[in-house]
Amino acid sequence: MIETLTRAIFWLFVIITIGSAVIVVFSRRVIYSAFALLFTFFGVAGLYLFLAADFLAASQVLIYVGGILTLIIFGVFLTAKIYQMNIPQQTHQRYLALLPVLGILVVLVYGLYTADWQVVQTDPEPTTKRLGALLLTTYLVPFEVASILLLAALIGAMRLSRPRSEDADIPEEENV
Amino acid sequence: MFSDFQIYLGVGVALFVLGLLCVMTRKNAVSVLMGVELILNSAALNFVVFSRYTAGNLLGQAAAIFVIILAAAEAAVALAIFLNIYRIFATAEVDRADQLRG
Repeated sequence: MIETLTRAIFWLFVIITIGSAVIVVFSRRVIYSAFALLFTFFGVAGLYLFLAADFLAASQVLIYVGGILTLIIFGVFLTAKIYQMNIPQQTHQRYLALLPVLGILVVLVYGLYTADWQVVQTDPEPTTKRLGALLLTTYLVPFEVASILLLAALIGAMRLSRPRSEDADIPEEENV
Repeated sequence: MFSDFQIYLGVGVALFVLGLLCVMTRKNAVSVLMGVELILNSAALNFVVFSRYTAGNLLGQAAAIFVIILAAAEAAVALAIFLNIYRIFATAEVDRADQLRG
């Protein structure tokens, strides 16, 4: 019984992830794509739980859903013209784009299906403590570099999104 | 037919391909950013899958954490750039913002 339920929930997460990703790509309205992306992130977080990555599942929900998705929805509101949201969202070369995409899909699925995977099945265990130790020993330097990167991105984003009016040498009204 | 391992990797493949299609075909810059997020998610998912199916090894999960960090930084900077593009060109469509001289 529990087995069946677990399988059902697993397939539910798989279907949520892929189905909402399809909506993200093919929806005609940007805002629908943004909300479908929410379900994709939740689906991936659920798959992380099935993969015994508890800390990552929590981070996925907190950072992606709480941070990145909020940013993206802000971006949609600030840039899309609300009354023109129903215009076609695809460029002209969409059928041309299918060619390399389908090629990559075929190659990846073929490799996935035919490769001789050496799989080791281990028991799931809590990961947070071990991940913390790993981040402060093996991955200490990338960890510090990542914090500097975040600081630089923070300052850069603030600098970029401020009005240009302080730059006296660049006339602003010219292209508006 | 497929093992669990291959199903997880298949989800990763699907997310990657859909993200690639999104990046290549969408007009709106925010949609392109969503495609990039899909691709980054598929990469992180792959890292976690390989971490789960090797013996007692969390290196993949640590790599996934760095992927999430990069995604956050990238989203913030990209949206700042989009706001600037919108202010200058009055559109957020990537194929109409074709002027280098801001």
